[in-house]
Amino acid sequence: MRRVVITGTGAISALGRTTAEFAESLRRGRSGIGPVESADMSQLRFQNGAEIKGYCHRAYFDDRRADFMDRFAQFALIAAREAVTDAGIEWTPEMRETAAIITGSCVGGQSTEDIGFTEVYKLGHNRVHPLTIPKTMANAGASHISMEFGITGPSFTISTACSSAGHAIGQAYWMVRSGVTDLAITGGSEAPFSFGILKAWEAMRVVSPDTCRPFSRDRRGMILGEGGAMLVIEPLDAALARGARVHAEIVGFGMSSDACHITQPSTEGAARAMRAVLQDAGLAPEQIGYINAHGTATPANDPTETAAIRSVFGPHADRLAVSSTKSMHGHALGAAAAIECLATVLALRDGILPPTANYQEPDPDCDLDIIPNHSRRAGIEYALSNSFAFGGLNAVLALRRVA
Amino acid sequence: MSEELIQRVLKVIAASKRIPPETVTVDSDFQQLGIDSMDAVEILFALENEFDISIPDEDARAVRSIRDMCAGVERLVAAKNSGAQAAQE
Repeated sequence: MRRVVITGTGAISALGRTTAEFAESLRRGRSGIGPVESADMSQLRFQNGAEIKGYCHRAYFDDRRADFMDRFAQFALIAAREAVTDAGIEWTPEMRETAAIITGSCVGGQSTEDIGFTEVYKLGHNRVHPLTIPKTMANAGASHISMEFGITGPSFTISTACSSAGHAIGQAYWMVRSGVTDLAITGGSEAPFSFGILKAWEAMRVVSPDTCRPFSRDRRGMILGEGGAMLVIEPLDAALARGARVHAEIVGFGMSSDACHITQPSTEGAARAMRAVLQDAGLAPEQIGYINAHGTATPANDPTETAAIRSVFGPHADRLAVSSTKSMHGHALGAAAAIECLATVLALRDGILPPTANYQEPDPDCDLDIIPNHSRRAGIEYALSNSFAFGGLNAVLALRRVA
Repeated sequence: MSEELIQRVLKVIAASKRIPPETVTVDSDFQQLGIDSMDAVEILFALENEFDISIPDEDARAVRSIRDMCAGVERLVAAKNSGAQAAQE
């Protein structure tokens, strides 16, 4: 089996338009949560989200190109462009033929779908725009990345709600590790700020009326976020041979399903995913120094995740640092795991653990070292990134610092 | 509380949970009825439709019993009716 490293990163989110801006926001513990501007919020019980403020496609795509892309697909390609440039890839015909693209998305082109359905259901028009289907499909991000770079290898999209990008990155990692492909672009993107889906989230009563306070006793729920993050991954030997900068190594991927409840999290399911990743990576629990938690700030998730971490790590749980960066970039659903994997990569690479922002009050049921409000300098060798989806489908990635 | 309102709430709970109406009384316990958090938000949704009210998250969170739930619905219906009356006057 080959060792697999991350040589390119890209990110666009409420925390900035590039990886560098993202890293700076995490270091400063700056939250990107605020009043939503891109959707009409007048009929919603919550008002705040983690948006990419002032986003306009013209900074990235000409109008005709953008006609073919929903906001979520634009984010996928923007992040992929940055990651490919960062990796310094010099494409050869063979690379284009074999490279893989694996993306995650939960809800796909929701705003496009909303517009089409408004036409027929509300406005009584007899037709919707002919690009509604190709803009809405969840694989549009992967498809536009393939067209941009002329990549003709295996490309697909995984949709497992809040774990989508975790499953995507894990699958890409295994494909590179096993030799199925020598290069992969992988991550996720999401753009959930459209009226129909916001109403659906409102109905679930899991969205906070103010902000996202993971592990804090006064937490009131999640905050939706948008954005995309992509990684370029390749075998360590190939990266070294071409003199690429290595950001971090992926050392394991673990999955599980709760087989329990369609929305309620399960301690045992989450714990099994973390045990699976440790086994895949060949790591002892004591080797892990940091966990980027799923940490949604719902009443149910945070104590369940705390209990799962305690069950896997035992006494070592008190020596682990754990934080939820959703407190800053919101819950970006199908992109969440990619954004958080990147946050974990940066934590290892830069030796700065991102905080859990907006934290106010200890909760005895969430009694971990959650790095409240201020980032922390720490040289960590191994870290996990947790993702636990609605539907009970869990994905955990293990990462290692590259000296 | 009006008996009619209580009966309507009980009916909504039974229909939403798909259990026989006679199994739900005003003194039934949510746990006893096997109502979990997702069932609860479905019931809130059904109550909003049945009574044409909007139940704020904070009110919903405070509900501990079916009696609380009926009282809350009654309060919101009364507020709606007095609002409608004020608008007419």
